[in-house]
Amino acid sequence: PVQVQLVVPMAVVFGPGSVPGDLPRPLPFRDVKEMEISVNLRTSVTSRYEMRYRSTTAQEEAALAAATPREADAALYPLQDTTLGSLTMYVVPETSSLLPQGIDVYVGKHRSALVRAGGSLAALQARLREVAQVMSFTASSIAAALSERVPDGQLSPDARRNLKSSLGYEITFSLLNPDPKSHTVDWDIEGAVNRFVKPVLDKLSLVANFSVDSQILYYAVLGVTPRYDKESSSFLLSAHSLPHVINPVEARLGSSAASLYPVLNFLLYVPERSHSPLYIQDKDGAPVSTNAFHSPRWGGIMVYNVEGPASPQASLPLHVDVDMARVMEVFLAQLRLLFGLSWEEVPPEFLLESPGNEGLADWELDHLLWAHTVENIATVSTTLTSLAQLLDKIGNIVIKDDVASEVYRAVASVQSAVTELSLGHLLAAFQASKEAVTSSERAFFDPSLLHLLYFPDDQKFAIYIPLFLPMAVPILLSLAKIVRETRLRKKEPTKMD
Amino acid sequence: VCTSRFWFNYRHVANTLSVYRSVKRLGIPDSHIVLMLADDMACNPRNPKPATVFSHKNMELNVYGDDVEVDYRSYEVTVENFLRVLTGRIPPSTPRSKRLLSDDRSNILIYMTGHGGNGFLKFQDSEEITNVELADAFEQMWQKRRYNELLFIIDTCQGASMYERFYSPNIMALASSQVGEDSLSHQPDLGIGVHLMDRYTFYVLEFLEEIHPASQTNMNDLFQVCPKSLCVSTPGHRTDLFQRDPQNVLITDFFGSVRKVEITAAALSLDRDVVGLESKFPEEELATEPLKYAEQLPVAQIIHQKPKQKDWHPPGGFILGLWALIIMVFFKTYGIKHMKHVF
Repeated sequence: PVQVQLVVPMAVVFGPGSVPGDLPRPLPFRDVKEMEISVNLRTSVTSRYEMRYRSTTAQEEAALAAATPREADAALYPLQDTTLGSLTMYVVPETSSLLPQGIDVYVGKHRSALVRAGGSLAALQARLREVAQVMSFTASSIAAALSERVPDGQLSPDARRNLKSSLGYEITFSLLNPDPKSHTVDWDIEGAVNRFVKPVLDKLSLVANFSVDSQILYYAVLGVTPRYDKESSSFLLSAHSLPHVINPVEARLGSSAASLYPVLNFLLYVPERSHSPLYIQDKDGAPVSTNAFHSPRWGGIMVYNVEGPASPQASLPLHVDVDMARVMEVFLAQLRLLFGLSWEEVPPEFLLESPGNEGLADWELDHLLWAHTVENIATVSTTLTSLAQLLDKIGNIVIKDDVASEVYRAVASVQSAVTELSLGHLLAAFQASKEAVTSSERAFFDPSLLHLLYFPDDQKFAIYIPLFLPMAVPILLSLAKIVRETRLRKKEPTKMD
Repeated sequence: VCTSRFWFNYRHVANTLSVYRSVKRLGIPDSHIVLMLADDMACNPRNPKPATVFSHKNMELNVYGDDVEVDYRSYEVTVENFLRVLTGRIPPSTPRSKRLLSDDRSNILIYMTGHGGNGFLKFQDSEEITNVELADAFEQMWQKRRYNELLFIIDTCQGASMYERFYSPNIMALASSQVGEDSLSHQPDLGIGVHLMDRYTFYVLEFLEEIHPASQTNMNDLFQVCPKSLCVSTPGHRTDLFQRDPQNVLITDFFGSVRKVEITAAALSLDRDVVGLESKFPEEELATEPLKYAEQLPVAQIIHQKPKQKDWHPPGGFILGLWALIIMVFFKTYGIKHMKHVF
């Protein structure tokens, strides 16, 4: 049974004129809100928001006087507590013009948010709770992380979409050129990776190790023939034919033989001259603006259309220089979606700041870390429990010393992870949970634990009886003779007398 | 998995390769297939048509071809390796293609063929895998959520006994014959001189030839394949552990691979004028001195290895008792007076 308490330290800072009238105590004071997210009968996760209410310092007031929320956020950033997992909310008066009309919350790209006061303390607290959930974890994100334990009926169909927590991921960028006679495609993938992808991966390096490689495949065609649409004089791939596109290509993609990390494939497809331009249609028949689609836990594909030759006499093959910035914008968006960082569940009156070139905001990183930590803890407890059950069931297995030490280490790490979570130290908890997963997987999948020797009882008899029975017959008969003789001798002295 | 050796078991290799071919045709890539063949028929010295394995008489269909990727071949097909692949307890040096890297959203199809009996399947003429071991292996897979749903097909004599002991959820099983029945082979080919296919697999393949990646045929149709009139044995199936109704399970859920796909609605907006970070790879450092070969291998240790000191344990109770009994009987039978000659 898993009982985990997730503690989020929050600071709620009241700007001038925003303090609600019905405060229970004068500022500053502390408050705690607990909520239970029950996953199944034996697993429960309690979330505990520890809030410190206080009023602004002079520097913060100056920062809040900025013209746009973005500037305010940038100015407030150096004044905040930036440990992983903590949140800071700045409350501005209801009538403040800092936040645009109709927007009640502005979520910055670090770990703070600007919240419009709602009149009473209760309304403010409701709003604060909403913001805190968006920025850290919601019941559904925890349920998705623990998807193995949730009974099937209760899971939403999207719950198993996100990438499972792993120690590392391999990212492969592939350029597919099915028509090298018409197009010579050049893509500066190394430059693009250095400029656009590395900053994002550096930010994600807390979560896992990433390795990036790239390849170019020639004569790789999609498995589906696109339809020609006369109205737009272009070729269309409909949404329901997309699932069949991936498989023929996947056979040629390959992956690194040595590493066992999950692979994320990002494919850039330059259509043949005869099938250009090629657009992807969504379910309603409208062309997709990004011209790309992705598959959960696998990767993404983008179609890059090339302009036709300027004049019919232009010599083939055409030289194509791929606009890597446009391509990387799509691929990085797909990478975010694969990790589960989407803004779908955010209420409409929230305004979220775009994370820019870093790819993801600090609070989105926290979001990932919360989900992965909970998932890791659940995985470790399942693994260790099933290992214990395996050992109970099969008496023949010998546990080597290093397997035993891995088990102890896993138990110690998972206990420390749970403790750190209950203290609100997200980074320490995540690292402890990663260690716990490594140790427990190593212990469970140790090759020496293979139970091969199954001896059903009838086979045991069949093997041992032919060996021992012939040998036992003379022994038993002699034993009987000995017993008879001793009994006779005991009687003899009485007889002889 | 094909578990039989020797030329006269040609049909088992042909069975496995035909299923492999169908599965590839329906979209599953080699990186997702673990193919275990216990013997090499295509290059067998007794094969009159080398580099081919035919699955239909009159040599119509060559299932060997040039894109067959065999992951475990000949002597590597053992019960131990098979169970290691299933449970994941593989030594760290095993390459990716020899592992089953499945997770909780993978549907797994397992097809086994060879010679079997009541409760066991023979591997390589020297060992067996029992139905209990197989059920335990599947339970281990379930505990680590290494599969979402599993379809187990077995084409051997008395094949139904192999799925009797399964107890993990989400498993569906099909077998070519019931306990007490033998699965028969289909047709011999006079040119090659052996039977080419087994009946059950032959009819399953005829059924699969009509499936294409987008077809909606469900499992109930697969259960009807090969009735007793054609197959002589009675195929069986087991669906009680499976959570969904077989009517709703598509054949392509297991035999083909259709991924869920989502449209990418929006792209990020990146600042294009970003200066790239310097590549963090260090300059290649030239080795300052060549590594001496002798230093790399501890040759002295390998060649002059002392035997490991085994701890001496006193003999166990059973052996002691047995010897005491034997000695006592010996001296009793031959008279105790001999003992003083011994001491």
